[in-house]
Amino acid sequence: MHISGRRYTQLIAAVLYNCNFRGFVTGEIYKGEVKGICTPGLNCYSCPGAVMSCPLGSLQTGLLSSKYKFPYYILGTLLLFGLICGRFICGFLCPFGFLQDLLHKIPTPKLKKNKVTRILSYAKYGILVIFAILIPLIRLEPGFCKYICPAGTLEAGIPLVIRNEALQKLISFLFSWKVLVCIGILIACVFIFRAFCRFLCPLGAIYSLFHPIAFFGIRVDPEKCIHCNACIRNCDMDVKRVCDHECIQCGKCKKHCPVDAIYYGAGRRSFSKKEKLKQTDS
Amino acid sequence: MNKNGIIKWAARILILLAAAACLTLGFMNHGFQDVKNKAIRICYECIGIG
Repeated sequence: MHISGRRYTQLIAAVLYNCNFRGFVTGEIYKGEVKGICTPGLNCYSCPGAVMSCPLGSLQTGLLSSKYKFPYYILGTLLLFGLICGRFICGFLCPFGFLQDLLHKIPTPKLKKNKVTRILSYAKYGILVIFAILIPLIRLEPGFCKYICPAGTLEAGIPLVIRNEALQKLISFLFSWKVLVCIGILIACVFIFRAFCRFLCPLGAIYSLFHPIAFFGIRVDPEKCIHCNACIRNCDMDVKRVCDHECIQCGKCKKHCPVDAIYYGAGRRSFSKKEKLKQTDS
Repeated sequence: MNKNGIIKWAARILILLAAAACLTLGFMNHGFQDVKNKAIRICYECIGIG
């Protein structure tokens, strides 16, 4: 069985984010100094193994108290991550993305991308605005963490509730709701490639805004490209062209390119606007 | 470099400067400490307790 470099990177990132192994045994979370640093990917800071913070959870918490103190630190962190890597983070550095990739390997009939999934891919921007920005600002609660986040339920909620008897007594409808949402998302991921990333993830939505300017990512050599569209046809995400806002830079297109025109690189994008249009039209 | 390329590089430099400024301000207003203080306690919303 061949395991790609991307899988190793995802595994290493997941282990590095959650290397407080003792926490999984004791049911207590890590309280060291580095917990103030945010991970690039979605990883709940209440996970017993987590040694760093979730950028999305921190953003919502920062917005809760933004009336008194603007969350400059988390804003700067997100700008920096987005500018350097963009959605490369989704493809390589997100533990929940890694889990979704593994779930999709389960041999079942798969739902291919289509017009409906393309439309649904815009839902994550609505979730970002409503649950991760407006609800924290207006209702003063972390809307995405509280009502949706499957990473929080899976990495933190379930392990902590199993280990901690005091928490078991506090379980209410909300916990059942979150477990149901989590199970629904995980089942969807078996049949639909990266269902959570494509339709729901607000962090992916934030990073996707950086796609035109991210320093590092996948690039197309315009001199080699023959506009055969093999890259778009073989991509599981709802992309219209290589490295658009939906591209998680997984590199699958690289394997299917007949002329090796696709590569990982830094700096400016290789296609001019005219050439991009030509690629989309063809 | 064409006009598009220049605009992209200008945007990158601007965002990099904005990120650096935000991080500096964040450290100055104890934003790092705030994130840490939240993260070292169990987040009841995150785990579904409420």
